Amino acid sequence: MKKELPERFRDYKHVWVLIEMERGQVHPVSWELLGEGRKLADKLGVELAGALLAGPGEATQKAVDEAFSYGADLVYLMEDPLLADYRNQPYAAAMTDLVNTYKPEILLMGATNLGRDLAGTVATTLATGLTADCTELAIDHEGSLAATRPTFGGTLLCTIHTLNFRPQMATIRPRVMAMPEAQEGRSGRVIRHALVMEESSIITKILDFIADANMEKAQLAYADIVVAGGMGLGRPENFKLVTDLAAVLGAEYGCSRPVVQKGWMPAERQIGQTGKTIRPRLYIAAGISGAIQHRVGVEGSDIILAINTDPNATIFEFAHMGIVGDALQILPALTEAFRRRLAVNRLAG
Amino acid sequence: MHIVVCIKQVPDSAQIRVHPVTNTIMRQGVPTIINPYDLFSLEEALRLRDQLGGKVTVITMGPKMAIEALKKCISYGADDAILLTDKVFAGSDTLATSFALASAIAKIGETNPVDMVFCGKQTIDGDTAQVGPGIARRLHMQQLTYVAQVEKVDLDKGEIVVHRRSEGGVQVLATRLPCLVTMLEGSNEMRYGSMDDLFRAARYEVAEWDHKAAGITVTAQCGLKGSPTVVKKVFAPPAKAVKAEVIKTEGKTPREVADALLTSVFAKHPKLEMEIGQ
Ligand SMILES: Cc1cc2nc3c(=O)[nH]c(=O)nc-3n(C[C@H](O)[C@H](O)[C@H](O)COP(=O)(O)OP(=O)(O)OC[C@H]3O[C@@H](n4cnc5c(N)ncnc54)[C@H](O)[C@@H]3O)c2cc1C
Ligand SMILES: Cc1cc2nc3c(=O)[nH]c(=O)nc-3n(C[C@H](O)[C@H](O)[C@H](O)COP(=O)(O)OP(=O)(O)OC[C@H]3O[C@@H](n4cnc5c(N)ncnc54)[C@H](O)[C@@H]3O)c2cc1C
Repeated sequence: MKKELPERFRDYKHVWVLIEMERGQVHPVSWELLGEGRKLADKLGVELAGALLAGPGEATQKAVDEAFSYGADLVYLMEDPLLADYRNQPYAAAMTDLVNTYKPEILLMGATNLGRDLAGTVATTLATGLTADCTELAIDHEGSLAATRPTFGGTLLCTIHTLNFRPQMATIRPRVMAMPEAQEGRSGRVIRHALVMEESSIITKILDFIADANMEKAQLAYADIVVAGGMGLGRPENFKLVTDLAAVLGAEYGCSRPVVQKGWMPAERQIGQTGKTIRPRLYIAAGISGAIQHRVGVEGSDIILAINTDPNATIFEFAHMGIVGDALQILPALTEAFRRRLAVNRLAG
Repeated sequence: MHIVVCIKQVPDSAQIRVHPVTNTIMRQGVPTIINPYDLFSLEEALRLRDQLGGKVTVITMGPKMAIEALKKCISYGADDAILLTDKVFAGSDTLATSFALASAIAKIGETNPVDMVFCGKQTIDGDTAQVGPGIARRLHMQQLTYVAQVEKVDLDKGEIVVHRRSEGGVQVLATRLPCLVTMLEGSNEMRYGSMDDLFRAARYEVAEWDHKAAGITVTAQCGLKGSPTVVKKVFAPPAKAVKAEVIKTEGKTPREVADALLTSVFAKHPKLEMEIGQ
């Protein structure tokens, strides 16, 4: 298919990122996307805007300031009590109205529960293309967004364009794009836009919110060090070796999918295509074969250290360091070695 | 209570290859299954029907061979099944897919009003999670995605209460029927079909609908024509150039191996040593 952008879309300009805020908390993927959006905007020679839908309050003002520090030139702000909690109807109406009014050429959202719920509705309302769960974004020679995403569980990548509709929409996995450095003191324009809606016209009501007792879900994706175990550990008791090492390192722990399927670890600990994407400085994978669906979730790690008895295990094809050996012996030895080393460092001050 | 469940037939294994010339996916010879995420939605629908009475209609858009997946749903206890199949649907992206499915569901509703639509959270092949929200939008239904639990359905009041997974917690939401729900994996377990249902499935004649049967008169929004996204390139992930630095273990104790490893890790990432244990 050729690019023949209809006249009505010619004035759609600039790159937008949804600043995803839920219950006063900005999801870090928003900043990752501003970092990536900055590159796209610079390539196109256009502005980068954050779109923030939120309830009134200090947290909202802070989010605006942070958006500037992470690279936004301007922020479209819809501040209204009806937007304090995520609900599809008011959020979709708000986002659609913003797009129709200010006409961005590219609209990016995190591939979170909120982002995916919202993006599907907005793209359908606007009758435009939406590329899901992307891991790479680029601008092609015609100035179109080239969005690359894994499919079939990561065995394949495909690059998708929305040539003749605007905005070009994409959701992007958290932790795939690097977190940009915050530039303190950077500021920009705020464009306020009102939500035209009454609570009485919102059909879905929030009866309650049950906060997670431990925020472990979020922590795994954003941990600096992650230790994970796979089926190579043999039995559920052996996962203590993984959690012991994690404890010494102040790290988070995780596992491969079959470990979850066996019921040895809860689903929120799964790493990979259908689990969490992680981007730690150090990832230690013990008894994990390195299937493509696992690989796509860990590739952003600075150092991948694999422990596997099989010298031909696939994981050695993308690990930075490896030990061919029995994880049941190496893990406790590693725990000890780190413990000793850290004790020495602490003494040294 | 009339519930429509959307299911998709997907390739069973991730071992899919791409045609080197046409860049299309070669599905030949790969066994197919019902998208695993759809089973949680089907089971929830069956439970609600068992509890409140009524019927479950299963629908899929796909090639003729998808009849097998629909019959499987009948064997689990679904009452009726419709295959939406037509050349004009070929090459649909999620926008065109949700158009076709929403049209068909609206048509189904003309003879038997629909109280709920269930979709899977996402598929394991296209994996977009966009079709459910697309259908809800087109049918002007409220959508409840990532539902961990259906707390109650009150048919008289036309109300439903669910627990929905969101970032950092669970929202308890109440909304109006008809609505669209996608269930979270692990929220229930698919039943074994009864003997009766197994026999019924074997004899069951799946209704086949083309675009006209689905009430679509203008096909501009269908298939490739109705799809704003264009797949430009399909390719395998590039292999990594550098091989792993493998630490020798022969003749060493685990302790020596671990020490050697630490030295190596910290040499590669000097900042790490300072940060750990802080
Ligand atoms: C659609 C789809 C989505 C998927 N999503 C995910 C996902 O998100 N995450 C994920 O992880 N997987 C996912 N998978 C599954 C994936 O394909 C693999 O099956 C899985 O990652 C394998 O897990 P594993 O490496 O723990 O087990 P195995 O493949 O069984 O590997 C065990 C490894 O341990 C080694 N070993 C054995 N004993 C020892 C020992 N004593 N010490 C050290 N090593 C030992 C073996 O040599 C082997 O390499 C998905 C699959 C599909 C089809
Ligand atoms: C490699 C590849 C990448 C793609 N990427 C994109 C993309 O980024 N954006 C895009 O718009 N399209 C994309 N498509 C097209 C998309 O996969 C198809 O439109 C597909 O028919 C539906 O999308 P899905 O499989 O992602 O379903 P999802 O939206 O993940 O499915 C959610 C639920 O909707 C229901 N459902 C989905 N399809 C059907 C069906 N045919 N019949 C009945 N119920 C169904 C099921 O209940 C399913 O569980 C891609 C296709 C390929 C081959």
